[in-house]
Amino acid sequence: MSVHPTDRGELIEVVPLARAQMEQRRANSDHGSIYALLDGVCDPELPILSIWDLGILQDVRVHREDAWTVQDDAQVSLEVVTVTITPTYSGCPAVEHIAREIKATLESAGVGQVVVETRLDPAWTTDWLSGAAQQKLRAYGVAPPEERACPICGSLRVSLISEFAATACKSLLRCDDCLEPFEQFKAL
Amino acid sequence: MGEMDDLSCLALRLGDDALIHSHRLAEWCGCAPTLEEELALANVALDFLGRARFCLQLVGRRLDSDEDRLAYHRDAREYTNLLLMEQPRGDFAYAMVRQFVMDEFEALYFGQLAASQDPDLAAIAAKSNKEIAYHLRRSRDWIERLGLGTTESRDRLQVALIDVWDHVAELFAMDEVETRLAGASIVPDRSALRDEWLAAVLPRFEAATVEPPAQMPAISGGRRGVHTEHLERLLSQMQSLQRAYPGLAW
Repeated sequence: MSVHPTDRGELIEVVPLARAQMEQRRANSDHGSIYALLDGVCDPELPILSIWDLGILQDVRVHREDAWTVQDDAQVSLEVVTVTITPTYSGCPAVEHIAREIKATLESAGVGQVVVETRLDPAWTTDWLSGAAQQKLRAYGVAPPEERACPICGSLRVSLISEFAATACKSLLRCDDCLEPFEQFKAL
Repeated sequence: MGEMDDLSCLALRLGDDALIHSHRLAEWCGCAPTLEEELALANVALDFLGRARFCLQLVGRRLDSDEDRLAYHRDAREYTNLLLMEQPRGDFAYAMVRQFVMDEFEALYFGQLAASQDPDLAAIAAKSNKEIAYHLRRSRDWIERLGLGTTESRDRLQVALIDVWDHVAELFAMDEVETRLAGASIVPDRSALRDEWLAAVLPRFEAATVEPPAQMPAISGGRRGVHTEHLERLLSQMQSLQRAYPGLAW
């Protein structure tokens, strides 16, 4: 998300198309309550961001499946929830943790059967971060992608120490004014 | 694993390349020259490990196997990675030259693979391309820094380049399997990428004041499971736990 002036001088927020489509898919979904539950699932490396904020959560679908219960020896109709996620980086070790969290969160809320599906295509991009994610990152001391500014003092005089920081999704920078090192969410 | 269809065979090759390279990078854990490089090497290793998993999962789905069985329960003779990836870790200059020649190759190869007729391979390539772009930024930077650094770093870069050159020809070697797949627009023709690759790497070596050997020895065998002695040792370490306790989980 970025802010751009229009011809008439007013500022408008520009949301990347892919993110807008995700928002729309959620708004039009019949499963808003499941999305809301999943807002509680966060990235273990950046616990301030939910999988929705990060754009990891792609889709929620529900279908019914017939099954036999052993207890009653009767046919019942089970609700199966399929949650589709996409990894941020190929080797991101958080994906499996996130999949477990999704299952645990939905199952403890009594949502029938849960299947977590991973989708690679289209590949994740930082364009999919929510508007709220940018704010939350800044407040957490991590510069949002493409924002070369110190999240601590706001200075624009910063230098890159390494493209690779403690996790695959961040780079390491230093503020040349307040001298604090900080991380930036890599633009991908 | 018996006879394998072309596509599974190719996915296994790409998976093995990524897995073995990832393991060599991971060997730098704890002994990189600086903390930032330590993080960078491990980060890049993780990208390759992720790619290896996507490829081996794809093979697993097609052949009724799974990624762990493929990674931990095949012998060297069944591994199909290129010989370049299995060469010992070497010094930092060797690690950077190997990374650089691979990154420049992968930028071309995966760039084209993203347009593959096979949707699974295309998706893996599209994902990898984003990562290859920043791997390349770093490895290009290191070639320049080592070449224009001290006499010591330049000399080491030169020695490393001569060593790496022994195994680069195999990057461009085609066989029947890949020729059939290239004919069906499923994979790029490796041999056709050689000139473009040379045009990418040679000016950067020149700028770094080092020179590759005039000849590129046509050493190959990895795709047929004929490896150098280094792969056995790598696998004996990587597989030791699963061989001793098959199926052991955390």
